[in-house]
Amino acid sequence: MKLLVIAVSAALVNNVVLSRFLGLCPFLGVSKSTKTAAGMGAAVIAVVTVSSAICSLLYDFLLVPLDLVYLNTIVFILIIAALVQFVEMVLKKKSHALYESLGVYLPLITTNCCVLGTALTNVQDSYGLAESVVNGLGTSVGFAIAIILMAGIREKTQNNDVPESFKGMPIVLLTAGLMSIAFFGFAGIM
Amino acid sequence: MADRNNHLASRGGERLYNGIIKENPTLVLILGMCPTLAVTTSAINGIGMGLSTTVVLLLSNTLISMLRKFIPDRVRMPAYIVIVASLVTVVQFLLEAYVPALYEALGIYIPLIVVNCIILGRAEAYASKNPVFPSAMDGLGMGLGFTCSLTILGMIRELLGGGTFLSNGATAVFTIPQSVYTPANIFILAPGAFIVLAFIIAIRNRVIRRNQEKRSRENRKESV
Repeated sequence: MKLLVIAVSAALVNNVVLSRFLGLCPFLGVSKSTKTAAGMGAAVIAVVTVSSAICSLLYDFLLVPLDLVYLNTIVFILIIAALVQFVEMVLKKKSHALYESLGVYLPLITTNCCVLGTALTNVQDSYGLAESVVNGLGTSVGFAIAIILMAGIREKTQNNDVPESFKGMPIVLLTAGLMSIAFFGFAGIM
Repeated sequence: MADRNNHLASRGGERLYNGIIKENPTLVLILGMCPTLAVTTSAINGIGMGLSTTVVLLLSNTLISMLRKFIPDRVRMPAYIVIVASLVTVVQFLLEAYVPALYEALGIYIPLIVVNCIILGRAEAYASKNPVFPSAMDGLGMGLGFTCSLTILGMIRELLGGGTFLSNGATAVFTIPQSVYTPANIFILAPGAFIVLAFIIAIRNRVIRRNQEKRSRENRKESV
């Protein structure tokens, strides 16, 4: 039950993008079409879930016993960078089509703050392995939901008559603001 | 020699101007959005985050520029990340020791300076190709530009959402009395961040467009 609460709260109530502001760069940059947004979402789900597990294990069984907790930022970011590189290599070998379609977005996942953010929140809230994985999965699914919705809205509104000064980023930010208000509704289900 | 110094100084000045005004990282390049929106619930938080990032950016640009001939091209990204992560850890310790209140308020967003795209972006785009002094100035300029945008955003959100100006939680420089203005809480919450930033960028776009129109009109007059 606790795991379910963690998952729902991570995915909807405290949505990474719309209420915790993590992963905004890809959210604003890679949300022009639903297809790339879905690819990005899937890649982030894979990386965040696996990195949550590895970081949680490393923290509990290496950093804490050795009293090196203060090194967590450096260790986590290295794990994430290596993992992203690994995912890239696997995809290149096994599924070249997906690799091609994700293209430049793959290496960019390293600097997506929702990956490092999730690893750090897991440690801060002293989650165990199972809780960390569920939190990672929930968070990244929340990211995928937000970015796909955003891409859908942008596809629908791209031909709208927007005031000149609001063209480009401002209108996207306003859309995100309205989505964020809508996501407040989920606070009621907890 | 004097000539060279002049040249260096003007190049440094140009980098500062570029970072603060011309290529302001948040308002023009739209980089580093996560801390921009997350911590600007008050002006003080904005300044704190901005200055912490400036320190990291200044040092990381300097170090990376010094090491640019020694870091092999293939592993440069991991090398940059390690440098930045070490600097951020140092800054985190300093904040925890000397300004614990700010450390509490910024929370998880301090370690997340590591993945602020401005820092790796400047390392890759500028510091890895340029000498030490301009790189340091570039870092300082970008950092100050970031600090300015964060402070402005924080001030507006604090004023609209909390009715205070430069409050540190307990005391404020001045507070708007409730009878004059009832604070709209939404500006402190997440949606307010998106909406205020959208308006700031829109206003900037409008000012720039006006200036361009004016200039092109003047040009036309001259040619007539």
